[in-house]
Amino acid sequence: MSFLGSIVTPNWYLVLAAVLFTIGAVGLLVRRNPLVMFMCVELMLNAVNLTFVAFSRALNDLGGQAVVFFVMVVAAAEVVVGLAIVVAVLRRRPLATADDVATLKG
Amino acid sequence: MPELITFILAGAIVLVGAVGVVLLRHPVHAALSLVATLFGVAVLFVAQDAQLLAAVQVIVYAGAIVVLFLFVIMLLGVDEADDLRVEPLVAQRPLAVAAGVGILGLSLVSLFVAGGATGASSTLLAPDPAEANIAQLGRLLFTEYAFAFEATAILLTIAVVGAVMLARRPPADAGPEPLAPTSDAEVTDESEVLS
Repeated sequence: MSFLGSIVTPNWYLVLAAVLFTIGAVGLLVRRNPLVMFMCVELMLNAVNLTFVAFSRALNDLGGQAVVFFVMVVAAAEVVVGLAIVVAVLRRRPLATADDVATLKG
Repeated sequence: MPELITFILAGAIVLVGAVGVVLLRHPVHAALSLVATLFGVAVLFVAQDAQLLAAVQVIVYAGAIVVLFLFVIMLLGVDEADDLRVEPLVAQRPLAVAAGVGILGLSLVSLFVAGGATGASSTLLAPDPAEANIAQLGRLLFTEYAFAFEATAILLTIAVVGAVMLARRPPADAGPEPLAPTSDAEVTDESEVLS
């Protein structure tokens, strides 16, 4: 299995997913708007989903696609709860950034 | 060859959208850029014979999650653009970029060292090319993964209840309630959830 063969091998998808994951991780570390940070988490989850599907096809196994299904459900639940927390924080402190969430303690 | 063209186009959309999410200053623009990435990933799912997941990706992610993001942005009026030049923590950006280089380097090195996607081919869950993807995946979800499927139902219920509890306006802010029955109903709702 040559890395840059004439056809698209699963490795191409894995490299693309690694780049996508890295962009999401860097965005999560750099941005301070909590909403944009959530979007970066979604990018990372999508990168992992892409690797699952690539392995699912490479190994001829439908289980990878089933796992992606569950990852999507968990991502939806995570976004719902996370956005509710963001709403609760921003209602009290408009223009809050992720740094201001530290005021929740105590 | 068609798969190569599809991969290059969809991959370019995915990467440009992802960079847009990180670099665009306005949250609404970042959300729309996220839609481009999600569509690109859906195209890549189709290219890898995961048709059901592509449909779910478009419906759930682009249709529900991004709309939820936009609702929150518009509802709270937090659509002021970030000033990306402000750097509150010293050396946060260089450290973040270094962490990104580390993550990318580690994953690519591990991929090269392993020689790509390795592993034994499946014997039990091999897809049948003669049958539709959705039928096979549906059967798998309701037999092999039935317990996990039921667990996700509980998870979604808990998430909805938690979101309603969190996003509820606190009673102290509401002031005197004009209608006694509604406040009573709220109190009973809360006590039920808490118990």
